[in-house]
Amino acid sequence: MTQVSMTVNGKPVSGEVEGRTLLADYLREDLRLTGTHIGCDTSQCGACVVHVNGKAVKACTMFAAEAEGAEVTTIEGMANPDGSLNTIQQAFQDHHGLQCGFCTPGMVMSAAALLEENPKPTEAEIRDYLEGNICRCTGYHNIVKAIMAASGQDVSAIAAE
Amino acid sequence: MSVHKPSPHDAAALHVTGQARYVDDIPLPGNAVHLAFGLSSIARGRITAMALDKVRQAPGVIAVLTAADLPGANDVSPSIHDEPLLSDGDVHYAGQPLFLVVADSHLAARKAARLGEVTYEEEPPVLTIEDALEKDWRFEDGPRIYTKGDVDAALAAAPHRLSGRIEMGGQEHFYLEGQAALALPQEGGDMVVHSSTQHPTEIQHKVADALNMPMHAVRVETRRMGGGFGGKESQGNALAVACAVAAQLTGRPAKMRYDRDDDMTITGKRHDFRIDYTVGHDAEGRILAVDFTQYTRCGWAQDLSLPVADRAMLHADNAYLLPNARITSHRLRTNMASATAFRGFGGPQGMVGIERVMDHLAHDLGIDPVELRRRNYYRAAPLAETGKPETTPPTPGNKLDPGDVASRGATQVSSGLGAAKRFGGEFSPAQPAEDSNTTPYHMEVTDFILHEMTDSLLERADYASRKAAITEWNASNDRLKKGIAFSPVKFGISFTLTHLNQAGALVHVYQDGSVHMNHGGTEMGQGLFQKVAQVAASRFGLPLDAIKITATDTGKVPNTSATAASSGSDLNGMAVKAACDTIRDRMAECLAELHQVQPAEVVFAEGEVRVGTEVMPFARAAQIAYENRVSLSATGFYKTPEVAWDRIAGKGRPFFYFAYGAAITEVVIDTLTGENRILRTDILHDAGASLNPALDIRQVEGGYVQGAGWLTTEELWWDDAGHLRTHAPSTYKIPACSDRPDIFNVALWEGENRAETIYRSKAVGEPPFMLGISAHLALSDACAACGPAFPDLQAPATAEEVLRAVKRAQA
Ligand code: FES
Ligand code: FES
Repeated sequence: MTQVSMTVNGKPVSGEVEGRTLLADYLREDLRLTGTHIGCDTSQCGACVVHVNGKAVKACTMFAAEAEGAEVTTIEGMANPDGSLNTIQQAFQDHHGLQCGFCTPGMVMSAAALLEENPKPTEAEIRDYLEGNICRCTGYHNIVKAIMAASGQDVSAIAAE
Repeated sequence: MSVHKPSPHDAAALHVTGQARYVDDIPLPGNAVHLAFGLSSIARGRITAMALDKVRQAPGVIAVLTAADLPGANDVSPSIHDEPLLSDGDVHYAGQPLFLVVADSHLAARKAARLGEVTYEEEPPVLTIEDALEKDWRFEDGPRIYTKGDVDAALAAAPHRLSGRIEMGGQEHFYLEGQAALALPQEGGDMVVHSSTQHPTEIQHKVADALNMPMHAVRVETRRMGGGFGGKESQGNALAVACAVAAQLTGRPAKMRYDRDDDMTITGKRHDFRIDYTVGHDAEGRILAVDFTQYTRCGWAQDLSLPVADRAMLHADNAYLLPNARITSHRLRTNMASATAFRGFGGPQGMVGIERVMDHLAHDLGIDPVELRRRNYYRAAPLAETGKPETTPPTPGNKLDPGDVASRGATQVSSGLGAAKRFGGEFSPAQPAEDSNTTPYHMEVTDFILHEMTDSLLERADYASRKAAITEWNASNDRLKKGIAFSPVKFGISFTLTHLNQAGALVHVYQDGSVHMNHGGTEMGQGLFQKVAQVAASRFGLPLDAIKITATDTGKVPNTSATAASSGSDLNGMAVKAACDTIRDRMAECLAELHQVQPAEVVFAEGEVRVGTEVMPFARAAQIAYENRVSLSATGFYKTPEVAWDRIAGKGRPFFYFAYGAAITEVVIDTLTGENRILRTDILHDAGASLNPALDIRQVEGGYVQGAGWLTTEELWWDDAGHLRTHAPSTYKIPACSDRPDIFNVALWEGENRAETIYRSKAVGEPPFMLGISAHLALSDACAACGPAFPDLQAPATAEEVLRAVKRAQA
């Protein structure tokens, strides 16, 4: 067992984990932050994306021990301090960027990382960036639209409405 | 009114903050156990020895169960009890569960499950259509055949004939949330089960049988699924039963979730099909007769294969009036995972057959494929007066095998027979004349609107000029070729097993005016809960947030049908409406009496209740009713009128109505690599008077992309030993964000359902899936631009297949 400590959603946490414990399992099982979803267990679907030191990471790809000392943000830490939805979350709701919602936490986390890097992405850049996030329900149309809207761009031009 | 408004998904705020709970997110007591199956490594044979000591001794393992250890029925089949939870000694496919590991963690269970040492007496697996036909491995006694007219005579008399074959692969559901269940033991042996299922009643029934208990001892709850698509209609049975058995044995809560590879290996997929066709036609491309032979590999167990194959037959006509038609359907047994329900339930496969015929004809005759399709359309049906539909008199069905009456697998000449006795009997509808607008199963098409929809879509999508531009573009480009194609959808709505077309609801109004709503439908992302809540809000004249949406619960509404066949909002919307109206009428009666007015003068609107001249908030009205000892709780019930179907004879009215749609897709292919892209898609879809246009458009978009995925990139591949080699997203390619069309225009057809459905809306879950067929046809069109021959593109049209089709066109 290894001792780990990190900051998750602004709060210091620490605990004992096995060396092979994945960050995703640590968040879900030990910290009970179940908004980070497991969709494939093999680093392909993106449902488990979190931020580690500001970078989008698939939490099933990383050991908890590797996050020692890191700043981790999960979907549960994304709302505004007063509990209201942040811009991206609000845009996913307003633009119907979800159906079953299982991919949504990962999508929101990836979108946040993208907008951090590239505050006004084009549609093509958004699609390219989301290559590692699978959604089986929506056909992606409104996910792209929600991210465009969250970046303050006009989405009235995007068809299908 | 809340209906017809584009409200967002009811749980959107929970989803974007990570608070929405799926089965795997439910907090567990510390002593919970976790389960995993040990799987067979061969596709067919007998187990000669199973050494499980190493499994038992593995760290964290609490118990290991085999078939002999099960307390009750070793059966998770939704149909004919041919699907044991754990192998009874025979192995029918690679990946079949043989033993069950109970451990103190998910990982410990999975690791231990790999340590079983099983020896087999192997037999060569039956994997191909040829093999299954030769051995006569099939479900039901022989092929099922539906006929209209004299096909042989009409084929012989036809001036031209055409034959061909199309093969289409199956499809993995890839619901993003894998299968999961959790069982919580209660006092006195009762069991509460949380299951990611489209069919809580089936789970309840299977768990009760496995525990040797009556159904009342088992309560199943389903708040939501992370996608279902049909893959959670019967495939969750095994996990729920395993959890219940382990929970009963250990007295501890038991949870099981398949990891993705196990999920893809163990569970069934969409049925793959081969369709052979011979068509007799005239020089203008009018079909005079068609003879289809459908072959499908059902896998090892019957599951829902019979109604799936039936529905493929029922959609072999799609939108076309076939004067003479014969559809022969072979349901073959093979040593593979048991194919199951998947959005469209066989309908898409049947439709691909006739759409291929249209394309083949158009190519041979040099007629524009849209024009050729229109020539063969059903006739537009005049708008009938919208009166009250006749309701059919109740007819007793034959006694069913009590095993599985609530499942679509229950096709043992069921209620269909009872109902179908009416044909030729006293209540027989007049047999339609031969030249009338009837389907190959003798149902009159009375709501056909594709003529208008086609006109409208061609214009919106600027089809004619784009088609011309593409021809020109292709003439000046050698390496890249473009293609464009149109395809229509006519999809029948109702369960073909007539007695499943029923639903129940339970509604409470509390004394503060808030409303608790429950019904038998399940939420898998489609927005059903929101649409039905909109109905409840409209009936009470309340804002949507006054309605509490609650988890599907067999303790609240019993004997529910699966949320399937696109029927969720049609059935449950009506049931909730009935319950709300009962309460509203009771309130109106009470208030009317107090104020000395007629009940009809009590109006519920905008959160208020108007009684004559007096206006009060709804909450006040509820309080008054309570104080006057009026019951503010009611159940609601609905059964679809008019449907009656004899699946053996292939005659009757299996569907209450049809939902329509049409799509135009443009693609480009690289003729040297076969790589391809969808450039633009235009869709016009019929959701009747949509209950929620935003949610319905989302269903259309998602359905199209999933349908196009099925026919393009999604390839399932088994090796010669019967092992599925595409069991993870690394090898099985579902559409990614960059695969969606660059331009994607989706509109809903302005109209209302001619059948009397909830607010005249239409079902929208499955029909748009088949709009994806246009993507396959467009690829075929692009391949056809490479040479004179028919490219004979098969499905899925992977890059390799596109390349082969290009070669065929050039030959
Ligand atoms: S669970 Fe981590 S990428 Fe799928
Ligand atoms: S909303 Fe279901 S997977 Fe994206």
